Amino acid sequence: MSGLELTYLIELGWLVLQVFVIIIPLLIGVAYLTLAERRVIGFMQLRKGPNVVGPFGLLQPFADALKLLSKETILPAGADKVTFVIAPMLTFVLALVAWAVIPFGETLVIADINVGILYLFAVSSLGVYGIIMAGWASNSKYAFLGALRSAAQMVSYEVSMGLVIITVLLCVGSLNLSDIIEAQRTVWFALPLFPMFIVFFISTLAETNRAPFDLPEGESELVAGYFVEYSSMSFALFFLGEYANMILMSAMTTILFLGGWLPPFDIYPLNIIPGPIWFILKICFVLFVFLWMRATTPRYRYDQLMRLGWKVFLPFSLIWVVLTAGFLISFDMLPATAGLN
Amino acid sequence: MIETLFFYLFASITCLAGLMVISSRNPVHSVLFLILAFFNAAGLFVLLGAEFLAMLLVVVYVGAVAVLFLFVVMMLDINFVELREGFQRYMPLGLGVGGVLLAEILFVFFNSADMPETVVMVTEVSNTRVLGRILYTDYIYLFQLAGLILLVAMIGAIALTLRKRENVRRQSIASQTERTRADSIEVVSVPSNTGVKRS
Repeated sequence: MSGLELTYLIELGWLVLQVFVIIIPLLIGVAYLTLAERRVIGFMQLRKGPNVVGPFGLLQPFADALKLLSKETILPAGADKVTFVIAPMLTFVLALVAWAVIPFGETLVIADINVGILYLFAVSSLGVYGIIMAGWASNSKYAFLGALRSAAQMVSYEVSMGLVIITVLLCVGSLNLSDIIEAQRTVWFALPLFPMFIVFFISTLAETNRAPFDLPEGESELVAGYFVEYSSMSFALFFLGEYANMILMSAMTTILFLGGWLPPFDIYPLNIIPGPIWFILKICFVLFVFLWMRATTPRYRYDQLMRLGWKVFLPFSLIWVVLTAGFLISFDMLPATAGLN
Repeated sequence: MIETLFFYLFASITCLAGLMVISSRNPVHSVLFLILAFFNAAGLFVLLGAEFLAMLLVVVYVGAVAVLFLFVVMMLDINFVELREGFQRYMPLGLGVGGVLLAEILFVFFNSADMPETVVMVTEVSNTRVLGRILYTDYIYLFQLAGLILLVAMIGAIALTLRKRENVRRQSIASQTERTRADSIEVVSVPSNTGVKRS
């Protein structure tokens, strides 16, 4: 074996190791997010939630996983077999690949690419395929309706999400995620761009099909939506993908508006805590708000959901893009022009 | 070495997916293969160093346009037998378009010696920034024109499909939120055995 090939192999091994270092904690995080969801909603509804399996119910996610694993995988007779099997895999893979560009600390990132935020946006817009393929391949009316709802909803809210991202980019002048975080050293974007923060957060709720926008799953009308026909591990993959997407969207909110791995103030006791810990704490906070929303809001009606996306968020975020650009130009604060001339 | 490997991987998947688009029996599978082709084309863009174009291809074509394709194709009530019948009729047209495209590519391929060398930017500026600089300064009018054409197309599509239907009760959000307790609820005490008369 020549030296060149050896270096390639070592590089490959190092990369695989990095991937595992991110994916394994992420999957554990997903497992405990499901537990946290049930506990938090339980407390908000004045009941206990799962507290029997293990101390404080800490082993509940593993019990659930074992239960799902031991069940039978069912392929419906009328289903399009290949698409039916690929769909949950696609959902799960897409929920994981986005993490390649997420910066956990100043230098802690697998791929620090120039178009990081576009990559995230692209991957999150692909998530709709897993759902629409599952709904179509199941050959069931409930699943198909759920998939159509979901696809329309995700495409609609992506538009306003894109505009919110443009607003942030105007203030940063770079598509690189580390640059976006670095630009928030003085003040987190959540403060000057507060309305956009709210629009973005609500759009992420719609994008991840979470309450109050969980119409694709609307159990009272569609049984469970696009994954009605799935069972066992394929169902678990959808579930994992959905929760990993929630964590991803929280990470995106944190990066764009809550200063990523930066401490809230650059003062003594706060800035000795390492960046990744701040990052994870902020993600946990956003996730808590996700659960809080689920426990306290009723489900939207579908036409109202579409109205909110197209007639409220889209014009509003468009106006904010123009306002922000106008403000930055008139006060000569546009960062993108700094490196130009 | 690795890049060449990836080039052949992306290129062969793109070609295979393209073949499957026109040969698969189920139109939904065709669209799914089309998406795969788009995706691999984006991979080729990344290998060229045009990461911005690659991401744009994924966001616009895969993330938005193809979803709508898929939507339409899934909703259509398609008769597969009928679809195969048209194959013979459209074959010459398809072959003609394919032939023209092939001729163009061959022309470029064999005349590539006369073509101006690709200008390689030796600056540290990312290609997003370079694209933006050229698009919004040198070609600003063309850019605006393209935007205008899209706007007109959008308005046209809306005007064609929007219809006012009779007998449909639409929700008026403004009048709903303006409702107060006073004009929607009235408390009446009902005397027993007589009830309340309303005009």
